[in-house]
Amino acid sequence: MSTIFLRIVPTSFLGTSFRVRRPHRMIERHLVAYRRQWLIVVSGFFEPLFYLLSMRAGLGDLVGTVSVAGTQVPYDAFVAPALMASSAMNGAIFDSTGNVLHRLKYARIYDAALATPMSPADVAVGEIGWALMRGQLYAISFLGVMAAFGLVQSWWALLALPACALIGLTFASIGFAATTYMRGWTDMEIVTTATMPLFLFSATFFPISSYGSWGWIVQLSPLYHGVALVRAANAGVWSASVLGHAAVLLALSAVALVVAARRIDTLLRK
Amino acid sequence: MPEPLIVASQLVKRFGDFTAVGPIDVEVQPGEVFGFLGPNGAGKSSTMRMIACVSPITSGSLRLFGLDPATHGPQIRARIGVVPQLDTLDTELSVQENLWLYGRFFDLPRAEAKRRATELLEFAQLTDRADSVVDNLSGGMKRRLSIARSLINRPELLLLDEPTTGLDPQARHVLWDRLYRLKQEGVTQVLTTHYMDEAEQLCDRLVVMDQGLIVAEGSPRSLIDQYATREVLELRFPAGTNEAAAPQVEGIGERQELLPDRILVYAHDGEAALAATHARGLEPESALVRRSSLEDVFLLLTGRTLVD
Repeated sequence: MSTIFLRIVPTSFLGTSFRVRRPHRMIERHLVAYRRQWLIVVSGFFEPLFYLLSMRAGLGDLVGTVSVAGTQVPYDAFVAPALMASSAMNGAIFDSTGNVLHRLKYARIYDAALATPMSPADVAVGEIGWALMRGQLYAISFLGVMAAFGLVQSWWALLALPACALIGLTFASIGFAATTYMRGWTDMEIVTTATMPLFLFSATFFPISSYGSWGWIVQLSPLYHGVALVRAANAGVWSASVLGHAAVLLALSAVALVVAARRIDTLLRK
Repeated sequence: MPEPLIVASQLVKRFGDFTAVGPIDVEVQPGEVFGFLGPNGAGKSSTMRMIACVSPITSGSLRLFGLDPATHGPQIRARIGVVPQLDTLDTELSVQENLWLYGRFFDLPRAEAKRRATELLEFAQLTDRADSVVDNLSGGMKRRLSIARSLINRPELLLLDEPTTGLDPQARHVLWDRLYRLKQEGVTQVLTTHYMDEAEQLCDRLVVMDQGLIVAEGSPRSLIDQYATREVLELRFPAGTNEAAAPQVEGIGERQELLPDRILVYAHDGEAALAATHARGLEPESALVRRSSLEDVFLLLTGRTLVD
């Protein structure tokens, strides 16, 4: 598939050695490595689940219902899609920053990979693809939990999965691109500092109307657009704005992917 | 004469204003063990990275198997094995996983990759450590695993960047033995080292590099014959008096070299030179007659010792 893609899209702007042929080899390596670390993978599922339980048991009773697209929904049904979107973001960022930094600067496994026919672009696409896969695993299980709690409103909710894949692609690309600029572990603090407000202020816990005239700031958050997509899917209420949200995420992904591919090329092939 | 496996002409590598390598001219023939000898910072590793097709050349030309790394990087890398200066083993994988997963990067079918991994474990004497975590291996074992990993694609050319730096003498000898076996199997090897005994043991031909340039080229023996005498007399005078003693040994050998801790006298007959020293009434704290080595060649060419 990648070959066809490369035939129709000029890729010279991505760097001198942009060849995507073997990204799946990187993913295969991760599958083997994580067989021994399955606990880490599983733990990523519990964080949003605990959030959901606390919202449902505690806040839900206090808040009552929230208006979504003109209909009143219980608070947990309002929050659940946002938590799903957030966990897609968090998973993607976690995989594409700390893990990538370790492999890039400390374990130097990319250097080893580049001594083979693997290209820098294989490394970048493989890592982003892996982050996406792991994010999808969490999204699927979280959707299952939502269904079990009766928070899924229609079959349209299945479209929340591709929405989460788009969120994962966006944040994995941004995370990978950002990591190529990091000097060491201290820079990871910046990631935490940047994702926390995104998580809290992307119309995650309150509707955008409650931000009043400051709502435009919320719209600057990429996660806001992801949350809006997942919410629309879960409610099964579609409008033209969905296309706008998807376009924002796609555009961000494209820019971040280009930056990621170029940077990894200059870093690894000096 | 067969087609050379590596041809570099007027090869240059620059990082900004700093010229790390070149211009240099190098040819390596199939089956040969070729060495880059030089101190740290001489440009050996930068040269190796260009040959390994992971570092673009700045100017000049480079061909491996007749192919250009700029356009055929993946095809060339598929035919070479690389043992980097610092081990880049995957610490999240076991010893055997390190081998067969690396084979997958070369598109080997999984069964074939695992079969070769088993063979290579045997070759590297690591069979009983197959399931160990890499972190628990000794330095020598890690190095052997690195070499085993570089062989997973049955390379025609093996690149070794300081293969034995930091290993104890016993581990070095085990490694040399493995490299010698590979040579017998016809694997072309290019290695860098700053140990002259390693270069003498392993290399058919070598170049001496200093500050990015090649300052001498030949077989270890021919370099020694050309640049040094047959024997060397090492004289140590009490600390601080070597400099004062130097003029007094003048003329005993063909040439002499004053080092901070000793004086080297280059002579065809070391014992005779020692006798002459004593005849002049000089009383060194210790005296040693040895065969000359590449270290002496290097000292003559650059005025500096290899390992400082």
